[in-house]
Amino acid sequence: MILLETKGLTANYGQFRALFGVDVTLAAGETVAIIGANGAGKSTLLRSVTGILRNDTGMVLHRGEPIGAMPAETVMQRGIAMVPEGRKLFPSLSVEENLKIGGQVRKAVGPWTLEAVYDLFPILREKRNVPGTALSGGQQQMVAIGRALMSNPEILLCDEISLGLAPVVIRDIYAAMPRIKASGAAIIVVEQDIGRALSVADRVYCMMEGRVTLSAPAATVSREAIHTAYFGDAA
Amino acid sequence: MIWIDTIVQGILLGGLYALFAAGLSLVFGIMRLVNLAHGDMIIFAAFAILLITGSVGLNPFLAALIAAPLMFGLGWALQRFVLNRVLGKDILPPLLVTFGLSVALQNGLLEAFSADSQRIPAGPLESASVDLGIVTVGWMPLLTFATAIAVIIGLNQIFYRTALGRAFRATSDDPVTASLMGIAPKGIFAIATGLAMVVVTIAALYLGMRANFDPSIGPARLIYAFEAVIIGGLGSLWGTLAGGIIIGVAQTMGAAINPEWQILAGHIAFLIVLLIRPRGLFPRAVD
Repeated sequence: MILLETKGLTANYGQFRALFGVDVTLAAGETVAIIGANGAGKSTLLRSVTGILRNDTGMVLHRGEPIGAMPAETVMQRGIAMVPEGRKLFPSLSVEENLKIGGQVRKAVGPWTLEAVYDLFPILREKRNVPGTALSGGQQQMVAIGRALMSNPEILLCDEISLGLAPVVIRDIYAAMPRIKASGAAIIVVEQDIGRALSVADRVYCMMEGRVTLSAPAATVSREAIHTAYFGDAA
Repeated sequence: MIWIDTIVQGILLGGLYALFAAGLSLVFGIMRLVNLAHGDMIIFAAFAILLITGSVGLNPFLAALIAAPLMFGLGWALQRFVLNRVLGKDILPPLLVTFGLSVALQNGLLEAFSADSQRIPAGPLESASVDLGIVTVGWMPLLTFATAIAVIIGLNQIFYRTALGRAFRATSDDPVTASLMGIAPKGIFAIATGLAMVVVTIAALYLGMRANFDPSIGPARLIYAFEAVIIGGLGSLWGTLAGGIIIGVAQTMGAAINPEWQILAGHIAFLIVLLIRPRGLFPRAVD
């Protein structure tokens, strides 16, 4: 079943057009990777889905219903949670409060509780009373992921979760992905790290300059195809 | 001996100023909105309490209990339907709107209640006092101060112990990310202004029982509230109480020297604090 779909999605920042007719689908239980260089429109796509960037022409559908004109809080309450780029923890809140706030409005029953998140990332249990922003980058990323999981989302959107982190830290964070997948959420991973993205994804989209240039199963896609889609024919 | 008495009276007076300021501090802390009509809203609430005590013959404390939810509703609606529309990157539109509201409130109250001075009758409490050994203090100032502390403790409990408070702090930090948590920032703002109006009602109760008021005195209360908030360091409620106490003590000491100096002494104390600590006594680390 298709959970999430964009149809000819366009997006603008003022006069600047960032997306030109993007078609992406996400099925239940599926993990989709969206890769592409800086400025390809990956984050804009996620911002359009979450309602931070509004559009009103029925270009974003959740379970067949248009959600593009809905405010971000309404989209989230439908079960679409976001791990935003740059983590965006709340500095006034402790680690535990950052986690709790993720599940305080949408109280869906599901596998993710405070304890389940602490089991997924045990270091956070030790640091539960520390201000969220006092943690290392990797630990902050764990909080951001845990915070999104706390609402037991149907769809989890991860925006550049490896950005700015050391390889060993990225490995730890990606090690948690299979357990997150197994909990039943459909996932979209937006990444510049192609290898990481392909390792967890069922399907992959590549974007370039606001367009989808490749859509393929992650298991069989060739390096050449990705190279062409990522950099264009000229490269 | 007279100085100890003066200082104690000043500290207690500071409780009243902290009550004036707490609502202002709350709204500023959460949405960076400076409400220039804050003082007039205190006077508005005082008239509301007066109206309820007068028409039904109720005890003023009970009247305030009735007025508080009404004021919450008014504050909620004001934020939801007016102020939310002008909140944005530019701080000028909300300033202009609340300034306009201040003028409208003053004139509306003048039309409805005339320029006559009014007072909320508090019965024997008005003149009752208690001997504390070194000094004798009135029950009313003592009650005002105790209420100010209770209000600050209560607000801090809401802020740091409840899901609503968590949403307040998160929205204050970053409204866009808060909306990704399912929190509607504008709904949070409306609740915050409603809560501030409950504090305004409490401030109005003591203002009205302790002294005469008329529709024109709101802006001066706003100034005291402002000074208390700024001395305290923007956004810290205990700092706001300290700010209120500093102004209160300065005023009573000024008055002890020469009655004409009371108000001026408060403002001078404010200026001195600003000169020494421009960010206030207890500034928040991140701003």
